[in-house]
Amino acid sequence: MTMSYLRGLTLGAAATLALCAAPALALDLQFYFPVAVGGGAAKTIGELTDAYMAQHPDVKIEPVYTGSYVDTIAKAMTAAKGGNPPQLAVIGAAEMFNLIGEDVIAPFDDYVSDADKAAWFGGFYPAFMENSQAFGKTWGIPFQRSTPVMYWNKEAFRKAGLDPEHAPASWDEMVEMARKLTVKDASGQVTQWGVRIPTAGLPYWLYQGVAIANDAILASADGKTTAFNSPEAIEAAQKLVDLTTAQGVMEKGTLDWGATPKAFFEGNAAMIWTTTGNLTNITQNAPFPFGVAFLPAIKHFGAPTGGGNFYLFKDSTDEEKKASVDFVKWMTAPEQAAKWTMATGYVAPRAEDWDTPALKDYVAKVPGALVAREQLQYAKAELTVYQNAQITQILNSALEAIMTGQAEPKAALDEAQAKADAILKAYR
Amino acid sequence: MSAGLDALLIRVGAWALALIWLAPLAYAVWTAFHPAAYETHFALLAPITVENFPKAWVQAPFARYFLNTILLVTSILGVQLVVGTLAAFAFARLQFAGKSGLFALVLMQMMVMPDILIVENYQTMRALGLVDTIAGIGLPYMASGFAIFLLRQTFLTIPRELDEAARMEGASLRHLILRVYVPLAKPTYIAFGLVSVSAHWNDFIWPLIVTNSVEARPLTVGLSIFSATDSGVQWSVINAATLMTSAPLLLGFLIFQRQFVQSFLRAGIK
Amino acid sequence: MRRQTLTAWALLLPAACLLVVFTHGPVLRTVLATFYTTPHGRLPAKFAGFDNYAHLIADPIFWQALRNNLLYAGLTIPASMGLALVMALLVNGRMRGRGFLRMAFFTPTVLPLIAVANIWIFFYQPGFGLIDQIRGLFGLGATNLLGQGDSALYAVAAVAVWKEAGFFMIFYLAALQAIPQSLIEAARLEGANALQIFRRVIWPLLTPTTLFVAVNAVVNAFRLVDHIYQMTGGGPNNATALLFYYLYQVGFQFWDTAYAATLTTVLVVVLGLVSVGQFLFLDRKVHYQ
Repeated sequence: MTMSYLRGLTLGAAATLALCAAPALALDLQFYFPVAVGGGAAKTIGELTDAYMAQHPDVKIEPVYTGSYVDTIAKAMTAAKGGNPPQLAVIGAAEMFNLIGEDVIAPFDDYVSDADKAAWFGGFYPAFMENSQAFGKTWGIPFQRSTPVMYWNKEAFRKAGLDPEHAPASWDEMVEMARKLTVKDASGQVTQWGVRIPTAGLPYWLYQGVAIANDAILASADGKTTAFNSPEAIEAAQKLVDLTTAQGVMEKGTLDWGATPKAFFEGNAAMIWTTTGNLTNITQNAPFPFGVAFLPAIKHFGAPTGGGNFYLFKDSTDEEKKASVDFVKWMTAPEQAAKWTMATGYVAPRAEDWDTPALKDYVAKVPGALVAREQLQYAKAELTVYQNAQITQILNSALEAIMTGQAEPKAALDEAQAKADAILKAYR
Repeated sequence: MSAGLDALLIRVGAWALALIWLAPLAYAVWTAFHPAAYETHFALLAPITVENFPKAWVQAPFARYFLNTILLVTSILGVQLVVGTLAAFAFARLQFAGKSGLFALVLMQMMVMPDILIVENYQTMRALGLVDTIAGIGLPYMASGFAIFLLRQTFLTIPRELDEAARMEGASLRHLILRVYVPLAKPTYIAFGLVSVSAHWNDFIWPLIVTNSVEARPLTVGLSIFSATDSGVQWSVINAATLMTSAPLLLGFLIFQRQFVQSFLRAGIK
Repeated sequence: MRRQTLTAWALLLPAACLLVVFTHGPVLRTVLATFYTTPHGRLPAKFAGFDNYAHLIADPIFWQALRNNLLYAGLTIPASMGLALVMALLVNGRMRGRGFLRMAFFTPTVLPLIAVANIWIFFYQPGFGLIDQIRGLFGLGATNLLGQGDSALYAVAAVAVWKEAGFFMIFYLAALQAIPQSLIEAARLEGANALQIFRRVIWPLLTPTTLFVAVNAVVNAFRLVDHIYQMTGGGPNNATALLFYYLYQVGFQFWDTAYAATLTTVLVVVLGLVSVGQFLFLDRKVHYQ
């Protein structure tokens, strides 16, 4: 009796397990994507893939929304190491060497004809290709690419007696204007800060907006060496922290990335630095007229590129790869790129995209959209190295230490450089 | 100082504490029912809207996430109770070789929880082909040291006479467990149920690691990626989603709170 | 006896299998993995002796995470337990609206921490966040609690206390209701005041509950990092890095599985020591048998 009871239990348990063990439905192509712009973008991805499948009934594409860029690389790498990677994913362009180093992606070259290589690969803005190509191969296809820009509150400018149509062009001018824009109440408490450059979340990216303009290139093109402690890099960090200390035009400490648009809407900060991918969000929600400008020049204009590329995962069949490449080609064609740019504010990555009637109309309505494209001529790749997550974390920690006053820029960046060196040595 | 003043102070303190504790929920309700512009402005006459709910609903498959979470917590709890009952009975009522050693191993799992063994458990799930399945999320928790421990304590308090009387009447082991021990331990089952459900309803890091697709993702992971903040937090929509998905458990507690507390009381968790 | 042993083992088999496969086995394999390197790309794991431990000892972030975690435990465990007891005492009485109070205290238990973390981010925002809006009513200036190295850990600890106190309250409430009213009446007749009754009668009777809740509080102090994930990512400058969060980062963002195993081993040892201590204490204090 006991045994039969036990058997019953075991069967019951096995059935329960079997029931919930039914694996996720396997479709032909699984496609991970992060969306940095609220949920509206996820809908656009859905619409685009549906449109593609309507034209190609033999291919099924399952887009899987996987959260932020950080979430998505972690997710894709976990899946790849777990032996069930997607066929295709949009992942941060900065992860290129990381993905190559872990041997989980395949270059696009083998699935593209020579003629196409020149026309397709060659059509993207060169700034975006900097961290899409390596070792003579193309590993990433620019898709939701971005660059940080400065947004300014025209109403606040007017109230401060500044020309509301004129954004600061240089760092010094920005500091000067920020001084005028920093408003205190009767008790001396600041009610409006001149500028907000968020340094919690992904400080390395906006810091590069300062560093590149100051001639500091943080990583070598082969992704094996960093230069965190060059005099230019240290000076850039000093400029950033001076905003909160010497100049007192920015809130002290690190500032949350996600809450930055809100701080702008609330009039808590009159100028903010954030991704061009926020353009749609800000256009829809800012309760005042605003402008979009280049990041201010120091030695010259400068900004990092950012955002995500399409990657092909190695662990898939040739047919799947061919179908994936075909889909990527379609997604990056001008008509789709235009749709995507209008839905999100990401920079359409090819010059020809901007000749589409749709984008021409859009630019006429939202002139801010052009700023990011124009800034590309001064843009450089964001930090892209092997062991990218870890190296980025090291730089982030150093910047956070600097911004919270726990360390001087030189000491913090020297230490970060030493740590990064110790890790990257293995790849040289 | 009069007793009346004391009582008043205590009451004021209690309500102040309750308000602080309620603040996040109150804020979630506020933002979910108002346009985004009022996320940080608490004006009494702010226009009320319900559009955040459909907005959140269409942006992510919350129904599926919800179903996954329900499947997850019920399958975990079900297996935990069955497995725990059998083991607890053995520990409480049977004499056998290796008893104390085995019990120590069970106790160890109360502290060294599967939560922290994510690296190895991920390898195991990969080997079993259970990555990205609901079973993969739940399996590490299905034998709960805590459940075994609690049930054993309860079974030990059941008078042996009852046990012996049932045996005299020729009751089988199955009958004995199902008809004598389980009914008498009902409060413990309910109490443990609450602990287990709330733990796995909230669990995040492990499901985040082991799931990839909508088909397996529980609510916590779904909510987390829904609120990814790369482009700015949109509190009104995120909080509408949070409310939609937490409401069933919240309402359940509101309705059953008296029974819960009573069952804890009778479970004699001391 | 022989028969009983067979039956017992049969009954224990499912539990034993699951425990061995998902807890004890992984613990052993984790310890084993600490003596090898992390496989990368096509490079297989190699025997590494105590290299991972040497790395651990030389890793300042590990030490900071350990220090943070001890401070965090020291903050959250007594605070959440103390508040839980206060809450239980409050709603155990005959106060009007205690149903509402109970509900208010319990809500954090059913709201997923990962979702509520966003709400706390708003509360903590400098300038326009809720805390600063309230401070503004009293003419106080802005704070940047999450963005400063010296306050960020306290800010996330507060979230954990908020999350846990109401849950622990339920346990205390049940225990309080189990105390016979006659005991309290007797003490009162002997002229004891409320404080004395609490110290002499109630508190000793709550000892088993306190220990039970303490086990959960300790485990949670080392296990619950959802809010860290969503609110700070361990920053600024690792000020809010806790051991388990660091372990997640190393294991699933940096892909250094061997080092992650080493960190896991540390956590297992810490929790193991706490549990041994607790059970010795339990044995002396409480008659569980």
